[in-house]
Amino acid sequence: MATTTITKTEKLVGKRIRRREDPRLITGTATYVDDIKMPGMLYAAILRSPHAAAKIRSIDVSKAAALKGVTAVFTGKDTEQAGAVPCGASLPGLRVPHHHLLAIDRVYLVGHPVAVVVATDRYIARDGADLIEVDYEPETAVADPEKALEPGAHAVHPQWPDNVAFTFHQEGGDTEKAFKEADVIVKQRIVSQRLVPNPMETRGVVADWRAAERSMNLYSSTQVPHLVRSLVAQILGMDENRFRVVAPEVGGGFGAKLQIYAEEILLAYISKKLQKPVKWIESRRENFLCTIHGRGHVDYYELAAKRDGTITGIKLKIIQDLGAYFTLLTPAIPTLSVLMMPGLYRTPNISADIVGAFTNCTPTDAYRGAGRPEATHGIERMVDMVAAELKMDPAEIRLKNFVRNEEFPFPTATGLVYDSGDYSAPLKKAMEMASYDALRKEQVEARKQGKFMGIGLCAYGEICAFGPSPATPAGGWESATVKIEPSGKVTVLTGVSPHGQGEETTFAQIAGDELGVDIDDILVSHGDTSLVQYGIGTFGSRSTAVGGTALYFALQDLKAKIKKFGAMLLESEDVTFSDGKCVCNKTGKSCSVKEVAAAAYRAMKLPPNTEPGLVATHFWEPPNFTFPFGAHLVVTEVDRDTGGVSIRRYVAVDDCGNILNPLIVDGQVHGGVAQGIGQALWEQAVYDDSGQLVTGEFMDYTMPRAHMMPWIESGHTITPTPVNPLGVKGVGEAGTIGASPAVVNSVVDALSPLGVRHLDMPLTPEKLWKLIASKDQAGSNA
Amino acid sequence: MIPQRFEYSAPKTLDEALGLLAEGAKPLAGGMSLIPMMKLRLAAPEHLVDLGRIKDLSYIREQGGSIHIGATATHHDVESSALLRGKCPLLAETASHIGDVQVRNMGTIGGSVAHADPSADYPAALQALEAKLVLKGVKSERTVSAEEFFVDTFTTALEPGEIVREVIVPVDGDGTGTSYQKVLQPASGFAIVGIAARVRKSGEKITLVRIGVTGLANRAFRATAAEKSLEGKTGSAAEVQAAAAVVAQGVEANSDLHASADYRKHLAVVYAVKALNAALSRIA
Ligand SMILES: Cc1cc2nc3c(=O)[nH]c(=O)nc-3n(C[C@H](O)[C@H](O)[C@H](O)COP(=O)(O)OP(=O)(O)OC[C@H]3O[C@@H](n4cnc5c(N)ncnc54)[C@H](O)[C@@H]3O)c2cc1C
Repeated sequence: MATTTITKTEKLVGKRIRRREDPRLITGTATYVDDIKMPGMLYAAILRSPHAAAKIRSIDVSKAAALKGVTAVFTGKDTEQAGAVPCGASLPGLRVPHHHLLAIDRVYLVGHPVAVVVATDRYIARDGADLIEVDYEPETAVADPEKALEPGAHAVHPQWPDNVAFTFHQEGGDTEKAFKEADVIVKQRIVSQRLVPNPMETRGVVADWRAAERSMNLYSSTQVPHLVRSLVAQILGMDENRFRVVAPEVGGGFGAKLQIYAEEILLAYISKKLQKPVKWIESRRENFLCTIHGRGHVDYYELAAKRDGTITGIKLKIIQDLGAYFTLLTPAIPTLSVLMMPGLYRTPNISADIVGAFTNCTPTDAYRGAGRPEATHGIERMVDMVAAELKMDPAEIRLKNFVRNEEFPFPTATGLVYDSGDYSAPLKKAMEMASYDALRKEQVEARKQGKFMGIGLCAYGEICAFGPSPATPAGGWESATVKIEPSGKVTVLTGVSPHGQGEETTFAQIAGDELGVDIDDILVSHGDTSLVQYGIGTFGSRSTAVGGTALYFALQDLKAKIKKFGAMLLESEDVTFSDGKCVCNKTGKSCSVKEVAAAAYRAMKLPPNTEPGLVATHFWEPPNFTFPFGAHLVVTEVDRDTGGVSIRRYVAVDDCGNILNPLIVDGQVHGGVAQGIGQALWEQAVYDDSGQLVTGEFMDYTMPRAHMMPWIESGHTITPTPVNPLGVKGVGEAGTIGASPAVVNSVVDALSPLGVRHLDMPLTPEKLWKLIASKDQAGSNA
Repeated sequence: MIPQRFEYSAPKTLDEALGLLAEGAKPLAGGMSLIPMMKLRLAAPEHLVDLGRIKDLSYIREQGGSIHIGATATHHDVESSALLRGKCPLLAETASHIGDVQVRNMGTIGGSVAHADPSADYPAALQALEAKLVLKGVKSERTVSAEEFFVDTFTTALEPGEIVREVIVPVDGDGTGTSYQKVLQPASGFAIVGIAARVRKSGEKITLVRIGVTGLANRAFRATAAEKSLEGKTGSAAEVQAAAAVVAQGVEANSDLHASADYRKHLAVVYAVKALNAALSRIA
C-alpha cells in the first residue's frame, strides 16, 4: 500500500506556461456555436430596421412566408408577450425603456430587429427576410448625446421628450472650498468616443427545445452562461433547472457578451414554438449594429490645484451616450468612471454628475475597461494640463500626488478603499526603462530641428475583481468545484467563463501546485450550466482574483479530506500532505493522491465522520475589490507633412499583484494596449446626423492590426493584494486603461510647442495636420 | 457569407467563358471585390463564370519588347515575378502595396482593373507606364490604353460580354527610375492617395516623366502638368517640389471620412515629392 511515488516539487505558479487552450484554437478544431449542427436544425435570419427612427405603418410577411423552405415568420406582434431585453442596473429615478424583442410600432435605432424568418437553411432564411415589406414612416433622429439634450431635439422615446434617462450626483469632501482656495483651476471638455468592441467571433445562438424532457438547451457565445440561464428562463417562464445554457468556445467578448440579448430570448422562444433546434449566427454587419458599443462619453472636467502641484479637487460632469435602450449594465457603466475619477491621487474632494442621454444609436455597455478607461483618460489628461499650467514635469506632479505607501488601505473621496499599492514604483521603473531624462534632452534637440517629438506618461489605477456582492447587480462571488476522479485525474469546474483569458491554464497551475499533480492530469471545465455549479462569469478582471480564489479554497477543503484518507491508509495521526503525497511524519511512509482517490471511491473503509469520494465545492465572496495599477510611457513623433503619428517606444509597467503566469499576463497587456492604442489613434463609431453608422464595416472602422503595433517593452512591479490569498489583482483590462492617455499625452506633448494642450481621440493624421497647418499659418501671419 | 442564389460555371477555355459572358454571366476572378459585395447583397449576379480554371490566362511573359500579364495573374504573382522586378519594377512594387497577403494571393490584375475602384493601386502604375489593355469578347479583340480604359468610378471601357484578357507594360531601358508611394486608408488598406512616378534621364537631363495618381479623384489619371514641369530639368529639390505642387491642380478631389478633399490634395503633393525623389534616386 504505502509506496514512495515521486511526484513533482517544482511549482507551476509563476512559470511561463503556454496556454493549454491554444492548440485547439490555432488548429481550427475548437467548437464554436456555429460548429454545432443538429438533425432537423432550422436557421433564423433577422430583418432589421434601416432607419434610426421611424414609425412602422405595416409589415407584410406574406411573400416571405410563401417562400419554399421558410418554416415560420415572427414579428413583434407574435413575440410581444414573450418578454423584453433585461437591464440589471438600477439607479434612483432611472427611466427604463421597454425594449421588445422585436419592434412593435416603432424602431429607434438602425439594426432594430423587426422580424425573424426561420427556414431550412440560412440562405433561404436570409432570402425570406429580404422579401418582407415594411412600411416605415421615417422621423428625424438624434445620434449625438449633447444634441439629444438640447431643447427641441427628437425624442428617442416619445414619453421622455428631454432624452434624459437619469441624472446622478456624487460628492466627497468639500469641493467648493477646494476650488475657492485653489491657486490654479484647469478646465477641459474631453471626449471618449464610442467604440465597437469587435470580438473575433460574432455572437451566435442555437436553441434546442427537447419536448420529451421539457428541457431547453441554449448554446450561446456568452461570457455569463449562468446569468443567461436565470434571466432567459425567467423571462420566458421556463423552469431554470430544465434550462441548460452552454457557452462553447467563445471567440472573445471584451464585455460585449455579458449582456442578455434579444436573440437569446427569441431563439429559445422560437425553438419551443416550432419544437425544433434553431440556429442564428450574427453577421459582422449585425455585430457592428446590434452588439453593444463601448465608451461614448463627453466629459467636462475641472481640476483645482495648489501652486506646488497638489491637486485639491476634481469636478466632473459626464454626458453618457446610452444609445436607444439598455442592455444589462448600460446605465451603470458611467458610475464606474465616477468611482475611479481620482485615479491614483490623494485628492480628497470630488464632485461628479452624470447625465445619461438617450440617442438613436446602439446601446453602450461594458467594453474592456468599462468606465475606467474614460476616468483614467480624463484624470491623466487633466493632470498633464495642470502640470503644463504650473510648468512642472508631468512625472513630478504625479509623484507628488500619489497615495503614499503608508496610507493603505486608502479610503478615496468616492467611497472606495484602495487595497494596496506602491504607486510610484511602476512610474519610476517605466522612466528608468525608457531613460526618461535622456529622452527629455533628446526632445530639446528635436524641437530645435522643428521636429514634433512627444513623451507621454500615464499612471493608471483600476478597480477589478468584481466584486463584493452588495456592489454588483447579480452577486459578485464566484464558485469552484474540484473533483479527484477514482483514477486520480483531477477535474476543476469553475463558475467563471473564460473566452481568451487563459484560465484553463492558470487554474490548472493553481490546482497542480496545491494537489501536487501533473498539469496534464488536470482538466479545467467551464461554461456549461448543467456541468458546473452556479457561477457568475468572466468580466471586470475578476476570473482569477475571485474565481481563482474560490478554487484555492475548494482545494484547501479537498486537501483536508485527502489528509484524512492518507492518515487512514498510513495508519497514523501525524500525516502531512504536500507535493502530491501524504507522508507519515514518524515512519516516512507515504501514499499518493492516486492511491487516496482509489481508496476514497472504493470505500472499503472510511476515516471517521468522512464521506466517500473526493469532491469539494467552494463559493467565495470577496471582501473588497482589488486595485491594480501601473504606468505606461510612450514616445511619439508627429510628421509635420502628413500629421501621421508614429509610436517610437511603448513602455508598459503593470502591477497586477502576484503573477501566476507571466506569458499570459504579457498577452493580456499586449492585447489591452492594442485596443487602447486603437482608441487613441484609429477606432471610432461614427454616426451621421440621420443615425446611420458610417463606420459599420471593417472597410471603414479601423481595427488595430499586428503591423500597426509598436514593440511593447513590458515590465512589472509586484504588490500583492491582501484581499485574496493568491495575492492576485487582475490584468485583463489594464493595458486598455493605460494606453489611450499615455498615447494622447505623448502626442499633446509633441505638439505643445504649437500651444496645443488637449486633443480628442482618435488622433487621425488629418486632425493633426490641420492643426499643424493652422498654427504654422498663424505663426507666419504673426 | 450569405449571398443570393447564383449559378456557377468554371470553364477550362476562354472561348467557353466568353460564350457564357455573352449570355449575360458575370466574371469571377479572385473574388476579393465581388464577393464582399455579394456578401452585403449589393451585388446579386445570377451566373458567375470563374476565370480561374482557364488555361493560360495567368502568365507573365516578355514578348516583343513588352511584358504581357494575363488577366488572372494574382497580385502575388506580379509582386514576386522576377521578370517584372527586373524589367518593370514599378508594377511589382505597386502590387506589393495591395491589401494583405491573403488578398494578394487571391486578387488578380484583371479583376482589379475591371473593378476600377478609384482607390485601387494598379491604376496609378498603369497610367504612369502608359500600359495597354487587351479586351476580348466572343468575336472581338481590341487594345486600349490605360488612359482610355479607366473612365470613371467603377466604370471602364469594357463593353458587356468583354473581359480584360491581358495587360501590357513596357520594358524601360537603363536610365529610368520608378517608384510607387501610397498613403493607406488605415481600415481598408486602399490608397487615400497613391503616386506612381516614372522618370528617365539622359545624362543630367530628365527626358521623360510620367506620374500616375490614384485615390485622389473619380479615376486614376496622369498628372500631365506636373510631368511637363519636370521634363527637361535636372531633378533638383526645388524642381521636384515645383512639379509636385501642381500634381493635384484643378482636380476635383474625393472626400470621405478618412480624408477631406483638401487633405487628399495636400497628401498628393507630399507623396509626389516622395515618389519623384525615390524614382530619381533609382535611375541606374
Ligand atoms: C481586405 C481587402 C483589402 C484590399 N486592399 C486593396 C488595396 O490596398 N489596394 C487595391 O488596389 N485593392 C485592394 N483590394 C481589392 C483587391 O485588389 C481585389 O483583388 C481587386 O480589386 C479585384 O480583383 P479580383 O481578382 O479579386 O476580382 P473579383 O472580385 O473576382 O472581380 C471584381 C470585378 O471585376 C470583374 N472581373 C474580374 N476579372 C475580370 C476580367 N478579367 N475582365 C473583366 N472583368 C473582370 C468581376 O466581374 C467583378 O465585377 C482589397 C480587397 C480586400 C478584400
